Amino acid sequence: MNYQHRELDRVFSALGDPTRREILARLEREEPLSISALAAPFTIKLPAVMKHLDVLSAAGLITRSKTGRTVDVRLSPARLREAADWLARYERFWSPALDRLAAQAEAKEAELRQSEAPNE
Amino acid sequence: MTSITLVRRIAARPSIVFEALTTADGVAAWWAPDDLPALVAEVDARVGGAFRIRFPSLDGDEHEALGEYLEVVPPRRLVMSWRWVHGGVAEELDGVSRIEFELRPIDIGVELTVTHTDLRNDASAIIHESGWADSLARLSRLLEGAAERI
Repeated sequence: MNYQHRELDRVFSALGDPTRREILARLEREEPLSISALAAPFTIKLPAVMKHLDVLSAAGLITRSKTGRTVDVRLSPARLREAADWLARYERFWSPALDRLAAQAEAKEAELRQSEAPNE
Repeated sequence: MTSITLVRRIAARPSIVFEALTTADGVAAWWAPDDLPALVAEVDARVGGAFRIRFPSLDGDEHEALGEYLEVVPPRRLVMSWRWVHGGVAEELDGVSRIEFELRPIDIGVELTVTHTDLRNDASAIIHESGWADSLARLSRLLEGAAERI
């Protein structure tokens, strides 16, 4: 199996969880954040937050670095970029295809309505 | 589990949209990219039936994909497998993906949701990841923000 693809799958499955997306969204607004600052708004306990950070880190979406007694968490945007590129590639294929499909169906609909309309 | 979802609102009745998805003429008219006509479009839209499309690209190459219909519920839902057998996306040549079309009637006509899911890793993940469409929409907004930052 393609190595890059496995990495990408890991990114998408990491992003599949709302808590982890929220963590990323917070890091986007403000970074670095310490683990306790990151955990503060969540109702889940610190160990659960740590587990989410492990998943995000394994997917290459964040980095953790120790400064003194605190661990700083930062976004690592390269993987997000890859995931966005993957989505964009499919979007490039599907988006114009669906535009054509819509145009075709709408033309048929108009045609049908005209033939259904009472004679003027 | 790599997956993409697109939603389109189409001003046409569901039966028309479903026909465009499930007839050879319909498929030939919209599936091939770059406004080049499809070279082959074969559609046998019943469960277990085959799908085949071959089309040219602007660089003069030809691409061909095969599929099998997995669910056919007119005019609501269509699910098929998808794999490139010629050309296409090189890195996906060994993979089978899954394409789902959901048609929901709305006031102006149809809301069409297309989900293209990579099956490379684990087919059961499909079920596991159901409800993925919503998260994906949120995710793409997040990614857009991230892409701008880079």
